[in-house]
Amino acid sequence: MKPRAATVLRISALLLLVSFLLQPQRFAPLFAPLTQYGAPAIYDQGNLLQLTLAHLATVCVAAVASAIVAAGLGILVTRPSGAEFLPLSRALVNVGQTFPPVAVLAVAVPLVGFGEAPTLIALFAYGLLPIFENTMVGLQSCSSELLEAASGMGMSARQRLVGVELPMALPLILEGIRLSLVINIGTATIGSTVAAKGLGEVIIAGLLSNNTAFILQGGLVTGLMAILLYDAVGLLERRLCRAAHVQ
Amino acid sequence: MITLEDLSKRYGGTTVVDSVSMTIERNTITVIVGTSGSGKSTLLRMINRLVEPSSGRVLIDGKDTHNEPAHLLRRRIGYAIQSHGLFPHRTVAENIATVPHLLDWPESRIRPRIEELLRAFQLDPASYADKYPHQLSGGQQQRVGVARALAAEPSLLLMDEPFGALDPIIRAKAQDDLLAIQRRFGTTIVLVTHDMDEAFRLGSRVAVMSQGRVLQYDRPAALLTRPADSLVARMTGIADRALRLLSLTTAGELITAAERPAPGQADGPTIAAAASLRDALSELLWRGAESIQVIGPDGAALGSLTIAAIRAHGKPA
Repeated sequence: MKPRAATVLRISALLLLVSFLLQPQRFAPLFAPLTQYGAPAIYDQGNLLQLTLAHLATVCVAAVASAIVAAGLGILVTRPSGAEFLPLSRALVNVGQTFPPVAVLAVAVPLVGFGEAPTLIALFAYGLLPIFENTMVGLQSCSSELLEAASGMGMSARQRLVGVELPMALPLILEGIRLSLVINIGTATIGSTVAAKGLGEVIIAGLLSNNTAFILQGGLVTGLMAILLYDAVGLLERRLCRAAHVQ
Repeated sequence: MITLEDLSKRYGGTTVVDSVSMTIERNTITVIVGTSGSGKSTLLRMINRLVEPSSGRVLIDGKDTHNEPAHLLRRRIGYAIQSHGLFPHRTVAENIATVPHLLDWPESRIRPRIEELLRAFQLDPASYADKYPHQLSGGQQQRVGVARALAAEPSLLLMDEPFGALDPIIRAKAQDDLLAIQRRFGTTIVLVTHDMDEAFRLGSRVAVMSQGRVLQYDRPAALLTRPADSLVARMTGIADRALRLLSLTTAGELITAAERPAPGQADGPTIAAAASLRDALSELLWRGAESIQVIGPDGAALGSLTIAAIRAHGKPA
């Protein structure tokens, strides 16, 4: 696809999403054919805009926590002193990814109760792996000549990490955060099963009342948000990398 | 003065550097030459403690380098490597300023130093200071790498195959530049190379290494005329040792030594006083002449050299 066509598509998607969230009733005729027995065509048990913002907030908070922990672990295991933690850290983030988020919710609810908290835990665990692996690969792919030059000029281990290794690894670390964010936009819908505010609520309401229009609304808004977020973070990523002069 | 005392490096059961002792004179270029795997790079890296010796000591001006933290020691010692290791995310100026920044120099001192170095390496500060390494040619990157190593005015500069990645013409130019820079800043340079021509061209003293040992550490002419053993003789080149010996003396030096014979006829072949006797001989053979005019830097004739005088210089005394 040509860049210009892609930009037009993205802007249209953004406009579509925003106008639907601000004035969902205008789209009622579009969804009406999907309803039966005069059921409402547009979700009416809550404000769609507020649900979307709550959904986004949950995902972002989880991503920040994942990024701090996973990047921290990635840095730790690539230091000579932390190399022995590699197997343990790997196992930990792998479990976070393979343990189904639904199961995490089931385990977390008895511990922290219903609401946002169990959802945050599930998303946090699910988002660790891409950030951890990318941080590690990014730091390990820093060329040995650069590291030797940095040490040879008298940089301390910390100066070398901050001044050379992290800037070189930045593109990959950001890519990991982007992946983690996008995966969790979709995953966060399950939070509604434990009473977290989010778009999952709309989908579940649709399932319970056999209202296809609700299911479609929840799914479409989530999907559009994932696509737009992926592009937006990509844009931010390129800006940051250009500012840091790393490719 | 740098003294290496009985330096050894062992990895497991392998000895990479085997009890090397040598003294490196101030304000000179000392070259460590050897085949790959001879331990020459390891020896160099033990001087700035990128490699910690298994045994032995390194003394710089009488002080044991082990008595100060390694990263502080390295800020006092310039270090340039083959692939130059420039930071791709920093400009030329930022790269050069690396060590001055580590040493907390004030900006008012760093900026003039960057410009001085860029000019010394024939890079116009206005057009190069803010470029990124990928915007430079290989030769320019190499020059910035050496400028960076010299930025904090180290009295000692270590160079590991600094010209290895350059093509022959640019390499010859880089070697000339290094000689000029050394004369200008008076830096003590220890340079590692596998290229015997480079060693002979740059080194006031040359250490020949093989299998972790220094076989001979001497003036270049002595390596040719009095090799310590057959291996040194083979490594310094038996077939062209006469020519190599000639390459160590310039035409100007031989004239001065011969107390300037009277200038000959003006229409014969000429050679610059800074050119080596090897070049002079080549020119004489090419022209089929018996003597050649030596021209000073100002274009004035200094005297003439005969093929016999050059021949007399090309055999061990």
